[in-house]
Amino acid sequence: MKGFKRLSLFCTIAMLAIGSVNAFAQTYTVSVSQIVEHPALDATRQGLLDGLKAKGFEVGKNLEFNFQTAQGNPAIAVQIAKQFVGEKPDVLVGIATPTAQALVASTKTIPVIFTAVTDPLGAKLVKNLEHPEANVTGLSDLAPVAQHVDLMMELVPDLKAIGVVYNPGEANAVSAIELLKSAAKEKNIKVVEATALKSADVQGAARIIASKVQVIYAPVDNTIASAIDALVGVGNQAKVPIVGGSTSFVKSGAVASLGFDYYQVGIQTADYVEAVLKGKPISEIPVSFAKGSDLFLNQKAADALGITIPESMLKRASDITK
Amino acid sequence: MSLFAFLGTIEIGLIYGLVALGVYLTFRILDFPDLTVDGSFPMGGAVAATAIIAGVNPWIATILAVFSGAICGLITAFLAVRCGILHLLASILTMIAAFSINIRIMGRPNVALLGEPTIFTPFDNLGFEQLHVHLALVFILVLLSSLFIIRLLNSDFGLGLRATGVNGRMVAAQGGDIGFYTYFGLALSNGFVGFAGALFAQSNSFADVTSGTGTIIVGLAAVILGQTLLSGTRIWVAVLAVILGSILYRLAVAFALSTGMFGMQASDLNLVTAALVAIALIAPKMKNKVLVKSAKG
Repeated sequence: MKGFKRLSLFCTIAMLAIGSVNAFAQTYTVSVSQIVEHPALDATRQGLLDGLKAKGFEVGKNLEFNFQTAQGNPAIAVQIAKQFVGEKPDVLVGIATPTAQALVASTKTIPVIFTAVTDPLGAKLVKNLEHPEANVTGLSDLAPVAQHVDLMMELVPDLKAIGVVYNPGEANAVSAIELLKSAAKEKNIKVVEATALKSADVQGAARIIASKVQVIYAPVDNTIASAIDALVGVGNQAKVPIVGGSTSFVKSGAVASLGFDYYQVGIQTADYVEAVLKGKPISEIPVSFAKGSDLFLNQKAADALGITIPESMLKRASDITK
Repeated sequence: MSLFAFLGTIEIGLIYGLVALGVYLTFRILDFPDLTVDGSFPMGGAVAATAIIAGVNPWIATILAVFSGAICGLITAFLAVRCGILHLLASILTMIAAFSINIRIMGRPNVALLGEPTIFTPFDNLGFEQLHVHLALVFILVLLSSLFIIRLLNSDFGLGLRATGVNGRMVAAQGGDIGFYTYFGLALSNGFVGFAGALFAQSNSFADVTSGTGTIIVGLAAVILGQTLLSGTRIWVAVLAVILGSILYRLAVAFALSTGMFGMQASDLNLVTAALVAIALIAPKMKNKVLVKSAKG
């Protein structure tokens, strides 16, 4: 009978889990599922929260803001999706590809807004970007990679080889690298790749390619974003500048970045959430690409490497770290 | 927790129950600590998703996924039995190699199945709720898999398999082929894990190469948790225990996800999950101790 007693313990724990019903309030509920915590995605979430506040949706007043992170594990992302869908919020927000896919697979009725997803068509989140056909729309953060190549050519005269470190397991990064390769090919520039599966591998991967290239490109990649300091460190040792796809990289010591401020991406996501909360049908909210690619420069980092930033770049920079 | 979340949790628990069955086969039956599952789980998803996108019937795609998992197991067995590499390292080698192979199979790290036919599709239009249909089908498939394992391990062949883990020398002395049992056990175990990966991808509409991370940890937790709470020497008890262990693990995660009221924040998820599983493991022992004390007292 020992077995039965233990079986009853199973049931007790199961009941406990069912019993933990979340508090229900007569306000708008926005539930945000994020794949992993790192500065760019956290900034997106913060931007969303602040953007909603600016529009009059404030936590504690008329907004319930649920947030969960899968800590990098897609199976947990699925569980979060089930959890959120079961709570029937007004809007679901998926930050990055797997979390958005898990949400979309779990509901056909609750509106889902995705954000920080590079390739929404490839991820099959929507079929029609102009008129989303189901309950899903959102914001893509497809980086202007071709412009990044131009930027590197401007910074490093007579550029022959670009090094890049990325995680081949990350859908967002792989689409960016494909764009990089085709853009570089047009300009007859070689791309030297190194892959890092974990943030702990970034330093080693960068060391391997640092001596073979004139500039290292840091793509919008969750793994690289987590280890940007390691990448900058290798760049400094090898006297190779880092050019990045996210402006947050410049604060960490990259010489130049042309990209989104992910906080602004979050604020743009708030527009989507607001539209849905105000009852606009999803089919009338087209998918858009994040706006506002700002040029950020780091004069201090350039001086340390002995690089002169061209006057033309300094003129159009929206932020210069001195 | 809502009913929707509860049923969704049970479904994921059942799917990972297949992983637990696989880990039970290697870890408990064969006494072979096998980390291959971190590679064979996403491979099952990758193969099933890629095949479905290519127009293959979802059931056949699922069978292909089972075979792909089994091949991973065979490679680990080959490295361990034939090449004499320590079993733990052999499985690690297969696991890390599988990461690259999975990206090769899919051509990219993430393949979406939203809107594609899956084994669940024919049942989606019968007028029932999608979640119920998924849960029912997964339950039936896990039940059939469990019955198969119970039947197999209770057969004469299964006895040889079990004896290999307990006392390999004895099996060899009786004329049994330990190497063959190892190949078979690892292929079967990883076949189940590949099956789980295929079900996970189809139920959740995406296959992602990172979905393998930590599969062995979840599988081991399910086996140990289940067998601690529901101990018994009979095979069917053990099989039931590991599947219940997997469901319980997922309930612990779900419970951890709804702990906002205790001042926990989202990033505390893994800590809360670990604490809940630890409590579930310690609680029965504490109870026994109390009982012993009160009997003495």
